[in-house]
Amino acid sequence: MRATKGYPQFTDLTCLSPSCRVSHGIAGTLLGEMALCAKKRPPEEERRARANDREYNEKFQYASNCIKTSKYNILTFLPVNLFEQFQEVANTYFLFLLILQLIPQISSLSWFTTIVPLVLVLTITAVKDATDDYFRHKSDNQVNNRQSQVLINGTLQQEQWMNVCVGDIIKLENNQFVAADLLLLSSSEPHGLCYIETAELDGETNMKVRQAIPVTSELGDISKLAKFDGEVICEPPNNKLDKFSGTLYWKENKFPLSNQNMLLRGCVLRNTEWCFGLVIFAGPDTKLMQNSGRTKFKRTSIDRLMNTLVLWIFGFLACMGVILAIGNAIWEHEVGTHFQVYLPWDEAVDSAFFSGFLSFWSYIIILNTVVPISLYVSVEVIRLGHSYFINWDKKMFCMKKRTPAEARTTTLNEELGQVEYIFSDKTGTLTQNIMVFNKCSINGHSYGDVFDVLGQKAELGERPEPIDFSFNPLADKKFLFWDPSLLESVKIGNPHTHEFFRLLSLCHTVMSEEKNEGELYYKAQSPDEGALVTAARNFGFVFRSRTPKTITVHEMGTAITYQLLAILDFNNIRKRMSVIVRNPEGKIRLYCKGADTILLDRLHHSNQELLNTTTDHLNEYAGEGLRTLVLAYKDLDEEYYEEWAERRLRASLAQDSREDRLASVYEEVESDMMLLGATAIEDKLQQGVPETIALLTLANIKIWVLTGDKQETAVNIGYSCKMLTDDMTEVFIVTGHTVLEVREELRKAREKMMDSSRTVGNGFTYQEKLCSSRLTSVLEAVAGEYALVINGHSLAHALEADMELEFLETACACKAVICCRVTPLQKAQVVELVKKYKKAVTLAIGDGANDVSMIKTAHIGVGISGQEGIQAVLASDYSFSQFKFLQRLLLVHGRWSYLRMCKFLCYFFYKNFAFTMVHFWFGFFCGFSAQTVYDQYFITLYNIVYTSLPVLAMGVFDQDVPEQRSMEYPKLYEPGQLNLLFNKREFFICIAQGIYTSVLMFFIPYGVFAEATRDDGTQLADYQSFAVTVATSLVIVVSMQIGLDTGYWTAINHFFIWGSLAVYFAILFAMHSKGLFDMFPNQFRFVEKSE
Amino acid sequence: MTWSVTARGAHQPDNTAFTQQRLPAWQPLLSASIALPLFFCAGLAFIGLGLGLYYTSNGIKELEYDYTGNSGTSNCSVSCQCAWYFSLPELFQGPVFLYYELSNFYQNYRRYVVSRDDAQLSGLQSALRQPINECAPYQYSAGGLPIAPCGAIANSLFNDSFSLWHQRSAGGPYVEVPLDRTGIAWWSDYHVKFRNPPLVNGSLALAFQGTAPPPNWPRPVYELSSDPNNTGFINQDFVVWMRTAALPTFRKLYARIRQGNYTAGLPRGAYRVNITYNYPVTAFGGHKRIIFSSISWMGGKNPFLGIAYLVVGSLCILTGFVMLVVYIRYQDQNDDDDDEE
Repeated sequence: MRATKGYPQFTDLTCLSPSCRVSHGIAGTLLGEMALCAKKRPPEEERRARANDREYNEKFQYASNCIKTSKYNILTFLPVNLFEQFQEVANTYFLFLLILQLIPQISSLSWFTTIVPLVLVLTITAVKDATDDYFRHKSDNQVNNRQSQVLINGTLQQEQWMNVCVGDIIKLENNQFVAADLLLLSSSEPHGLCYIETAELDGETNMKVRQAIPVTSELGDISKLAKFDGEVICEPPNNKLDKFSGTLYWKENKFPLSNQNMLLRGCVLRNTEWCFGLVIFAGPDTKLMQNSGRTKFKRTSIDRLMNTLVLWIFGFLACMGVILAIGNAIWEHEVGTHFQVYLPWDEAVDSAFFSGFLSFWSYIIILNTVVPISLYVSVEVIRLGHSYFINWDKKMFCMKKRTPAEARTTTLNEELGQVEYIFSDKTGTLTQNIMVFNKCSINGHSYGDVFDVLGQKAELGERPEPIDFSFNPLADKKFLFWDPSLLESVKIGNPHTHEFFRLLSLCHTVMSEEKNEGELYYKAQSPDEGALVTAARNFGFVFRSRTPKTITVHEMGTAITYQLLAILDFNNIRKRMSVIVRNPEGKIRLYCKGADTILLDRLHHSNQELLNTTTDHLNEYAGEGLRTLVLAYKDLDEEYYEEWAERRLRASLAQDSREDRLASVYEEVESDMMLLGATAIEDKLQQGVPETIALLTLANIKIWVLTGDKQETAVNIGYSCKMLTDDMTEVFIVTGHTVLEVREELRKAREKMMDSSRTVGNGFTYQEKLCSSRLTSVLEAVAGEYALVINGHSLAHALEADMELEFLETACACKAVICCRVTPLQKAQVVELVKKYKKAVTLAIGDGANDVSMIKTAHIGVGISGQEGIQAVLASDYSFSQFKFLQRLLLVHGRWSYLRMCKFLCYFFYKNFAFTMVHFWFGFFCGFSAQTVYDQYFITLYNIVYTSLPVLAMGVFDQDVPEQRSMEYPKLYEPGQLNLLFNKREFFICIAQGIYTSVLMFFIPYGVFAEATRDDGTQLADYQSFAVTVATSLVIVVSMQIGLDTGYWTAINHFFIWGSLAVYFAILFAMHSKGLFDMFPNQFRFVEKSE
Repeated sequence: MTWSVTARGAHQPDNTAFTQQRLPAWQPLLSASIALPLFFCAGLAFIGLGLGLYYTSNGIKELEYDYTGNSGTSNCSVSCQCAWYFSLPELFQGPVFLYYELSNFYQNYRRYVVSRDDAQLSGLQSALRQPINECAPYQYSAGGLPIAPCGAIANSLFNDSFSLWHQRSAGGPYVEVPLDRTGIAWWSDYHVKFRNPPLVNGSLALAFQGTAPPPNWPRPVYELSSDPNNTGFINQDFVVWMRTAALPTFRKLYARIRQGNYTAGLPRGAYRVNITYNYPVTAFGGHKRIIFSSISWMGGKNPFLGIAYLVVGSLCILTGFVMLVVYIRYQDQNDDDDDEE
């Protein structure tokens, strides 16, 4: 009954089939068993593994490479599965009822009324769990029995994966899965390089390079490897996929080990004939398995409301129980004691009080049907149906990428109909994330503007022919550029232009692949890099190939090989990357490219003039919505480099805080650089984004863009996707660097909004309003449209505890909010802030790893399955490939889901109250004896047969307006946001209606039956006729009600509604037939009058 | 109870009406032109039905007498013979039915309702010897013999008896009016549900050998009547009693009057009902009544049903009118709005 987030990728290598997705309820994590095993050992502080020394390694009792993702075996299945199921509160509750029913003094209903639904639910769940587990067993077996070549006693032997131990050396061949987390020792490629694909791990399909440390890369043959007895001491098992720190001790020497030397389980070896690796982590300790933890379940507000209501109902139940119990005690005292002539008390009952006490429990049993077990099952089924509708939607299927929309979580659907805030990433979400090298600034000269014949800046659509790259046989045909002056500059040999493109061809982490001579393919981790390297390629600086120590570039037709001394890699904090290369003349130079904010501060002061022009260009580019990078270089002399390299080595050997030390060493060398220029890359808007945003805005959904881009880029994109418009009264831009500045800017923004709304005219003065705690309500009534743009550094202040409310009030009063330069953590903080104070449903949509935190924080996370790997999709609840599908997801699917769920719940509570409360009224006429009105078969079947399917069909299929209407009239979305269709008030109305129905259901037959006789004079007021009459009229009334509630009668609705009635009458006649009489003490004649 | 949806794989979703949620559907709109006539029609139909039921019910005659005792209305006391005299000024239109009514008698009490063994009553040998536990404390007799019929319902069998005497002319002799005591039980009860155990050597008494009668009964079940078709478990009074009532006040049929001179009903004259008073009810505040009633196509006298129909019908019409007024007013407004646009 809980939310499911499949364990998306980490189940194991073979878990690619959908059925293998683990999906189970509250209890039993995938790793439950393993966690148990792990508990037996004390937590590891560090790991030691000696190569080729099994005896030594056995001392530590490391986990074997056998994995177990299954939870049960044949013997444990029943007890374990039942135990897990009874951890569900609802199941336990029904078990408790069942136990109550087994006590003869209390039992007002036969045990089967509870056990039939309970067993049904338990069986369905158990069967589902069993099938899941069967597939897990199968996949475990398959994985554990894979063959790998293990070096044992100096020879390579075939071993099953599960028999591989920590410290073994194993041989991998091309396209094989890595069996465990390995330290790469040597490979067939030069310098101990090898290539891996990590799609199983992080979803990125580009190849990555791993390299053995130099000392071991020479251990190419088996005899040498067999003698290898190095010992690795490293961190204990953890789930960080991109970090590893350890040290290899061998021959009295220490060698630092990093993630760059590791092959993780789940990767596939590519383009490498073979390699050898030392097993460091095996089985459950591998990073793959360590990552398969459970994700936090998200619950919808309706879920929470439902739980509250169920608790209230239990309270109500107890109240009714108490009233009836008191009634029973009084009745027994007044009447029952005297009636003992005909009906003596039970032996156990000695007083009216005790009888009342027992009667309380009896009534709890018969009144428990107000919250039937089928409620939870039905809710799940309906949500599942809605999820399938999302998956099946052709209009959310992207033809180009051939990806359907996917509801990865089945429990959040109705919340899609209540979204008030959307937090969107920009790159890859609003834009296509297909990067095109568009403009550049080299040494103060800007290239890339398109001029038409008259020398005017050309508009789109009337562009002249792109320039011809035919001089360059290695050029990429798909690359287009329109400014011939840049090519001229290259051709005349402008040294700055050459250095500019040289940098682009050297400073990157792109891998090249040359299938045939001249046919180059670049594999880049980020599309920006790919675009830049491709640009350099076309302008005659062709990146040809790389080895760990060299980069070969064809510069204007001549191959030049640079010695690669160091790569200072990119990360989100540094926001830059550098390479240090030695050119063939022996000169050492550092090339750096990075974000302007960071890089411009690190330039040599002699660059001031160039810096100014370049900054102008940068602003211009950003104003056009382009992504910019700044390029710079620095010459290093030999001694300085040697000394720096030494320090870098030491930092990389450090056991603790290695990252920080390395960062500071990097920072030292990346200073006083010489500015080369800047690049501008265009990231085109996705199709349909402006329309979608306009529509969502009309639906009263507020859209906040949280992007890492710089302010100008972000604002520009804001305009191009219609978030910001020229009609807006004002766009506030907050760029303060200190707390005070930010506060002041926010205050001014609010003041302006207040001023304008005051002119519209409401009585209070501004000061009064500010003082009043009802800041929100005042600000929400602001007249005019405003937008807020806030910078990352200002946001950091704005998110501090004492200012967050102020920020939120200001931001929420604005139509559109753009936060630029934000870090992934800030994205999550902003979402958290709105969640915390606004009590509104938030939706976060993004495509990259930097959006994961935001996606996980928001009520609903949507992943765009696009260019940047699939981490965002894996963390998300819904995924599709284009931003424009969001409007359909919310306005059509979300709206319908919400509507259906609300209608379903209203009706469900109604029908059960109408059903159950009849017992309450009857209590006053049967001595409060907990005698039921209906016969027990009816009670058993009412919720699971007679009334379950029509309401289910309504919950799955109902539509109030056709889909195009909800897109045409986005205002139709508002009831969901305001939570109008199912809330406490609606609930009480349903309950009241249910109770009203039950009153009629009881008292009209009461009035009729009090003196009724049949037309042959025989009595009619017998219990059985009364029961059948009430039950029949109840089924008819409840079916009428569902008929009125159903707004969309498909054939299925017809079938279920008429079918349910037919089944009721069929069962009624069958039960009262002669044939079943042997078992059932019933009449077989049906009573004709039913009002 | 959790399911996951997985839709990986790049095949395009099927373009069927079902998957695209475009199933052909009937979307009833309860517009005024449908709802209003519906209300008026239903209202009229209900009022018509109600009037019919009400007048039919009013046409049914009932004659009722409380003979519980203690209160001044009766000359009966505990365990005796007593009589009720009444006279009919005109013909009591037949067929006439004689009922007894008990009130404040909780035949619908939970433990009372279950205190019977239907298997035993259907003549099953095994159940005859081993009644079900629900019958306790009337499961086995003090002597350890199984009680037949077991249970509290059977034990509390109503055992007052009535006879009706007619004085054709003033001062003349009272003539006994024949009471038809057959066919007072439901056909299904008498023919299907209740059966005597198989006879032993042609004797019902032997079939019940080894069982004890319920403690309150003065004689065993096979001696309830001399008529072999009306004794044992299929004794009609017993069968009627065993069909437990739904409410604490209930009537049970005692006899029909349809034989001899009384086919058309009870002619005018003085009557006397002789009551053999055995059944104590005063302890728990119960009352006993005897009722003569005629009957119509809708059964016995039942004014409630007619009134209920009348009320619902009137409500329908009233609501219909209210909605009509609302409809006319707002329709005008809508027209105005349309004009403005």
